Amino acid sequence: MAAEKAGGATEYILHHQTFLSNKPPHGIVDFTVINYDTVFFSVLLAAVFFGLFWLVARKATTGVPGLLQNIIEWIVEKVDEQVRDTFHGTSRLIAPLALTIFCWVFLFNFMDLVPVDLLPLVGRGAGFEHLKVVPSTDLNATFALSLTVFILIIFYSLKMKGLVGFVSELTLQPFKAKNVLVQAVLVPVNFILESVTFLARPVSLALRLYGNLYAGEMIFLLIAVLTLSVGLHSLTTFGGVVGTVFKIIGEFGLGLVWTVFHILIITIQAFIFAVLTVVYLSMAHEHH
Amino acid sequence: MNINLTLIVQMLVFALLIFGTMKWIWPHILSAMEERARKIAQGLAAAEQGEQELAAARGKAETIVREARERANQIIDHAQHRANDLVEQARSTAGTEGGRLIAAAQQQIQLDATRARETLRREVAGIAVAAAARLLGREIDAKKHAELLDKLAAEV
Repeated sequence: MAAEKAGGATEYILHHQTFLSNKPPHGIVDFTVINYDTVFFSVLLAAVFFGLFWLVARKATTGVPGLLQNIIEWIVEKVDEQVRDTFHGTSRLIAPLALTIFCWVFLFNFMDLVPVDLLPLVGRGAGFEHLKVVPSTDLNATFALSLTVFILIIFYSLKMKGLVGFVSELTLQPFKAKNVLVQAVLVPVNFILESVTFLARPVSLALRLYGNLYAGEMIFLLIAVLTLSVGLHSLTTFGGVVGTVFKIIGEFGLGLVWTVFHILIITIQAFIFAVLTVVYLSMAHEHH
Repeated sequence: MNINLTLIVQMLVFALLIFGTMKWIWPHILSAMEERARKIAQGLAAAEQGEQELAAARGKAETIVREARERANQIIDHAQHRANDLVEQARSTAGTEGGRLIAAAQQQIQLDATRARETLRREVAGIAVAAAARLLGREIDAKKHAELLDKLAAEV
């Protein structure tokens, strides 16, 4: 969406930052609002992930695998290796969970590589004023992932250590004392320290992914603002056709460079999310 | 940017997705991979075993060939010995036979010579009688002088 008037850059970015929701939100938390675009794209990407993997799983051959099966098996094997390296217990959940997180988050992030204006343009054609296509630039999506992981962490901590073990882990370390009175003083200190550590996990998981992808998308937007949108606008004011051509090439060049770099970021972010989840869950399984 | 109902919906979708992956995807793909790994391991083991068997069979074949060669050499040696013996035997037989033949021939020769000498003696005696009769101018009565003649013939 090229800016239609001077100072349109701000409007252009704000327009891109707005979700397609049932109504404008009021305040930070408003559970009557729903972002249709985030839900639509994440369900679509979930279907892509599940469809691809299910297709392979359904007729997985033990003989020579085809191309698709090969790729899928490679991913599964890498995830399995990673989980085996980190997690030493037996769990039927953790490896599939890691696979789900890695693939789903990767697909979320991959939407960032689709040209920023392409799908919103299509959406506008279909009558949607706003459309945010990257689910991981929505805090709701990243927090949904990390809070689910957090619930699993609590569930497995309680299951493996019991309530007493879980509480003592939160209160009896890192400071220990042999004297009971001193220990009683240390318990609140420990609890504050440990609960901060504990609560920081879902927050850092969600914010890390969100921040990286938000920034990535913002840079695509800025590239678009600095070159193409302004270029189209200035077609009639200054620079003329030659200036516009330069700006189009600039848009393409900068966009290409950032896209190539971004491929690395989106993969690493998906990987980090999956690995940290495995690490946290294996910590929940371990006894101290 | 705010937190809203999307969070809850996303969590539900995520939970469903985890469940689906856990139930319908992960076990199937992993079991297929493990099955294949097992198959490959089996194949490799079988190949190795086959190789070992081949080496063993090769060794056995070599032993058999060597033994057969030794046996053949033995047989050849034996045959040569036997042939030599036969030749030797034949040679000795031939020698004996030849000696016997030579002896027989010499005997025959001696016999013939004796016979010839006898005949010759008689003829010489006859000639001597004839010559003596001519010298004496009369017939020598062979009957009268038979003793003398015989004595003469024996001296010749």
